Amino acid sequence: MNTIINFLFAAVKNGAPLLLGTTGEIITEKSGSLNLGVEGIMALGAFAGYYAGYKTGSLIMAILAAFLVGALAGLIFAFLTVTLQANQNVTGLTLTIFGSGVALFFGEILIKQRPKLSAALNALLSGTEIPLLSKIPVIGRILFSQNILVYLAIIIAVLAGIYLKYTRLGLKVRAVGENPAAADASGIKVALTRYVNAMLGGGICGIGGAYLALINGRGDWDNNSVSGQGWISVALVIFARWSPFGALLGSLVFGAFYVFQIRVNDIVATFPFLGFLSKIPNAFYSMLPFVITALVLVISSVQKKKVGVQPSSCGINYYREDR
Amino acid sequence: MTETVNAKGSVPDVAIELKGITKKFGTVVANNNIDLSVRRGEILALLGENGSGKTTLMNMLSGIYRPDSGSVFIDGKRVVINSPEDAKKLGIGMIHQHFKLVEVLTAADNIVMGAEERGVFLTRKRFEKTREICKKYGLNVDMEKYVYNMSVSEKQSLEIAKVLYYGAKILILDEPTAVLTPQETKHLFEILRSMRDQGCAIIIITHKLNEVLEISDRVTILRKGESVATVETRNTNANELTELMVGRKVSLAIERPKVKVGANLLHVHHLTIENSDGIEVIKNVSFDLNEGEILGVAGIAGSGQKELCEAIAGLHPIKKGAILYKDENIERRTPRELINLGISMSFIPEDRLGMGLAASLDITDNMMLKNYARGKSPFVDRKTAGETAKRIVKSLDIVTPSINTPVRRLSGGNVQKVLLGREIDASPKVLITAYPVRGLDINSSYTIYNLLNTQKQNGAGVLFIGEDLDVMLELCDRIMVLCHGRVSGIVKASEVTKEQLGLMMTRLSESEVEKNAG
Amino acid sequence: MPDNLNGGGISAQFRAKEPPFRVVKRAELPLEKLILFYVISVLVAVVIGGLFIALNGVNPFLYFKEVFSGCFRSGVAFRGLVRIIVPLLMVSLGVILAFKMRYWNIGAEGQLIMGAVFATWASRAFPGLPTPIMLIVMAVAGIIGGGIWGLITAFFKCRFNTNETLFTLMLNYVAFYIVDYLRNGPWQADPGFPGIGRLAANSRLPQIFRLDISWIVAIVLVFFIYIYLKYTKQGYEIAVVGDSISTARYAGMNVNRIMQRTMFLSAGICGLAGMLKVSGVVSNYTLDTGIASGVGFTAISVAWLAKLNPFGVFVVSFLFGVLEKGCSVAESTFHLSAAITQILQGLILFTILGSDFFIRYKLQLTRGGRKLNEHNN
Repeated sequence: MNTIINFLFAAVKNGAPLLLGTTGEIITEKSGSLNLGVEGIMALGAFAGYYAGYKTGSLIMAILAAFLVGALAGLIFAFLTVTLQANQNVTGLTLTIFGSGVALFFGEILIKQRPKLSAALNALLSGTEIPLLSKIPVIGRILFSQNILVYLAIIIAVLAGIYLKYTRLGLKVRAVGENPAAADASGIKVALTRYVNAMLGGGICGIGGAYLALINGRGDWDNNSVSGQGWISVALVIFARWSPFGALLGSLVFGAFYVFQIRVNDIVATFPFLGFLSKIPNAFYSMLPFVITALVLVISSVQKKKVGVQPSSCGINYYREDR
Repeated sequence: MTETVNAKGSVPDVAIELKGITKKFGTVVANNNIDLSVRRGEILALLGENGSGKTTLMNMLSGIYRPDSGSVFIDGKRVVINSPEDAKKLGIGMIHQHFKLVEVLTAADNIVMGAEERGVFLTRKRFEKTREICKKYGLNVDMEKYVYNMSVSEKQSLEIAKVLYYGAKILILDEPTAVLTPQETKHLFEILRSMRDQGCAIIIITHKLNEVLEISDRVTILRKGESVATVETRNTNANELTELMVGRKVSLAIERPKVKVGANLLHVHHLTIENSDGIEVIKNVSFDLNEGEILGVAGIAGSGQKELCEAIAGLHPIKKGAILYKDENIERRTPRELINLGISMSFIPEDRLGMGLAASLDITDNMMLKNYARGKSPFVDRKTAGETAKRIVKSLDIVTPSINTPVRRLSGGNVQKVLLGREIDASPKVLITAYPVRGLDINSSYTIYNLLNTQKQNGAGVLFIGEDLDVMLELCDRIMVLCHGRVSGIVKASEVTKEQLGLMMTRLSESEVEKNAG
Repeated sequence: MPDNLNGGGISAQFRAKEPPFRVVKRAELPLEKLILFYVISVLVAVVIGGLFIALNGVNPFLYFKEVFSGCFRSGVAFRGLVRIIVPLLMVSLGVILAFKMRYWNIGAEGQLIMGAVFATWASRAFPGLPTPIMLIVMAVAGIIGGGIWGLITAFFKCRFNTNETLFTLMLNYVAFYIVDYLRNGPWQADPGFPGIGRLAANSRLPQIFRLDISWIVAIVLVFFIYIYLKYTKQGYEIAVVGDSISTARYAGMNVNRIMQRTMFLSAGICGLAGMLKVSGVVSNYTLDTGIASGVGFTAISVAWLAKLNPFGVFVVSFLFGVLEKGCSVAESTFHLSAAITQILQGLILFTILGSDFFIRYKLQLTRGGRKLNEHNN
């Protein structure tokens, strides 16, 4: 039993940064912008978050810095694609190149100082049991004995889900992402909506980066803390079918796949009948999320689904026919 | 030019007034110094042929375009409309011909999305509130239904409900009945009347005369971008409106060389075609095209001309009927198969840069569009194409820096000459041309007419989809008139008047419908 | 539209003014002006980058001088530069084919990896072949491996309109983990260590000027792609499909077949790049998970910057290669992280993406507002 609980605990912990990255990208894509710069934005967020945490010792400052830097990257994306009508794919890829470069540049300067987060901050990040809730058997350990950023990730995802699905503003966002011409004709400010949501989404991705730097580094700075998790977040958007609630489940699944390969021997030791699992190569578990994501993509296109697919105008710039 | 039949145009109850509106697209003047006014509690019909500038004018009211000059007054106050948002705030609502709805949202959400209302959350109340507006005006929309599950008429009702919900007092409808059945049209008119009685000002763009007479209080007629008249509906009749719309017969001195009509080339047999939305746009159409004649096809825009041409050219599937080329059935043949069968047919589509030509390629490359595959060599024969290009540039006086200029950089007339030149160069037996002189200046137009006549003299059969009746009357040998996708008659051009054509285009009587359907 | 933002909260009735400018489409610029625009954009990026370098306490002029000399001061330096350029150039040439057709192939990374996987397989499957035949077999295998990886996405795009941007992106990772599996499983060289052994001597590219011959293949490919796109019937078909699918159908083209064939070729070239990399010095004749190392993504930017022109791609890959090689040399001289490469590349891309707007459109002061007032009086 403990094996499973520990396994799920680790899955949640490793899924949380993906949850943030995915939630941010969902908000961006829902407004019609396909920002392939998540990897770069998370790298920027990782540096900003760690540096602010290191210098101020304050978690709030760390989160704020990561959010602001991410939002700034979102602003660059929006300015280029919305105002200057640049191609979204290329702009996003450029943001990945640029963001990773900037983060690495400053990261290499920082690493020479052999930085350590303050003991107080480290203690704060190591885990916070929520009173009462953490005493619930099983669930208490898996969900309510996590570090504080896990709670933040879940709260952000739930709020984002509510924002997109149940609020008036979210309805405008969905309209802009699906059919900007219709939204425009109804008097919705298409450009403003895309700007705001690219920045909001970028900011949340930035926090996801900060998570990786603050939690996974255990107090030390690691130049490679993001290493591909931004791209995994882009994949997770498809798996989550463009819903932050789907991302809650999806990040748990992706997190579980990640943890599974490390802990497969523990699990097999506990449940001998699962012995065949340890014979499956690790790479298979790493690959599976992407294979499933590709299948989700193909199957929904074969079924010609209308809901749970990429917003129709996502990736396409809007230009009113004004001449 | 403007003969305002009703002189008291600016009484205080005027809801909207346009003064001296001019809009140009490049060198083309879409609207020239147009005045127009609508009173509260009035339905104004905006009548005009295709290309007369109706939609452009209305798009300036709805904030899609901005006028180059002129002013707009709402309730007597001058306003500037920069965006659809501004239009909405001014109480202007436009129902576009192509609906502006978000497919994956419910009807209610399509309405609520643009509403400036208090409250952060979407509640169940939105369904009730939107239903109320439907009830008030007798609109039939299921507010919880997703738009992608809706029929065309439901979508239209939703569009109307939407603008009414936003508090529109001025309603603009662009060709609202084009996609409706007669019953649905009747219902729409009831709704419009009830809105008028509640004080709305309504502008309805149409070219169906019977509907104009049935629904409107006044009619403003546009012709070639200018407002030619405004008349009270009760003081006018279909003949007068037709004359105002098409204008008096103008002699253009286009030649119509006498050529002996030869063998049958193309026989279209009880053809029925659906458009991409699954609506029947060509219904049971039959006609013949023979050697040495130009057969004109007249009809209001959207009467199925596009689909008819594309079906003959093998680009559009047909639902029923047959197309015979010299007694060989060519239905469901792809363009490549037609070429390979040696069927000598050329098609000049309406969308020149989107279908007939590759806009980013140069003149030479566009010359080989249809015959590039010829021969076994893996390389394209740009030498021959270049020679063709030079020959055509010279013989048609195409103004271009060189034959290596991308065609999108040429002017409209020269683009058309490139397209027509290429198609004629293949000396086709059947030549299908859709609106070949649209957007062209006078000189270019005459060049095109002469080219078509030459083809006729060489024994080709030309199918000429046109919009200018004066041109068709002089150029064509016979004219087939389409109305609502049906043939309302095939007449000899020398034996028909312009007014008769106009009436055939717009007023297909019920009995004729029955007859043609049978 | 930038002026959408001006829509503000104030009610329109109170604002009888037009925005101060409107965006107008520009007539196409002549080539000289176009090039001038791009040169200025690159200069702006370099100036911003230079300021950034100066802020870090390094003289930017000395820095760029070092970048330059780091690439050209010796044969060793120059050969290092060439080894960086070759894969980037080849993959960029590959993606051009897809992009010309407006097919968003961002899966070059995975296609390169699969090319390398198939080539390695061929090398292991037919151990006895003489070198020239071996290399040809490997090249064919590489093209097929990469090609299939691209063709899968085109197949679904044509049948079901499956989004190719996301699909090609996903396949990158599947390819990556296939290599991860191979190096830990069936192809593992030493038990306990992830890694595939070096390719046998008959599977290694011969050397010329102390560089393996992949650079010759790349140069030949520049001309090949140029000729293919410009002079062959297939290249012509790609241009027409990319321009307008309706026009392609009108011309009697089989659009699905063209799309699948072109995508196979585009991905096949990326696969060939993978084969050349795995059988070259640059990878130490070894297939590993780092075989692509982001080249597939950078190539997309290169192709875009070069406006999909093969010679332009040559110039841009050269420029990007100089930055990468030069900045890594300058790192040891000035103790300034080589990550400057990516920053500079990013800046250049940003300025050029931005400048495209001013090439297509110009801002025009509106006179409408004044005219309206005159009319009113």
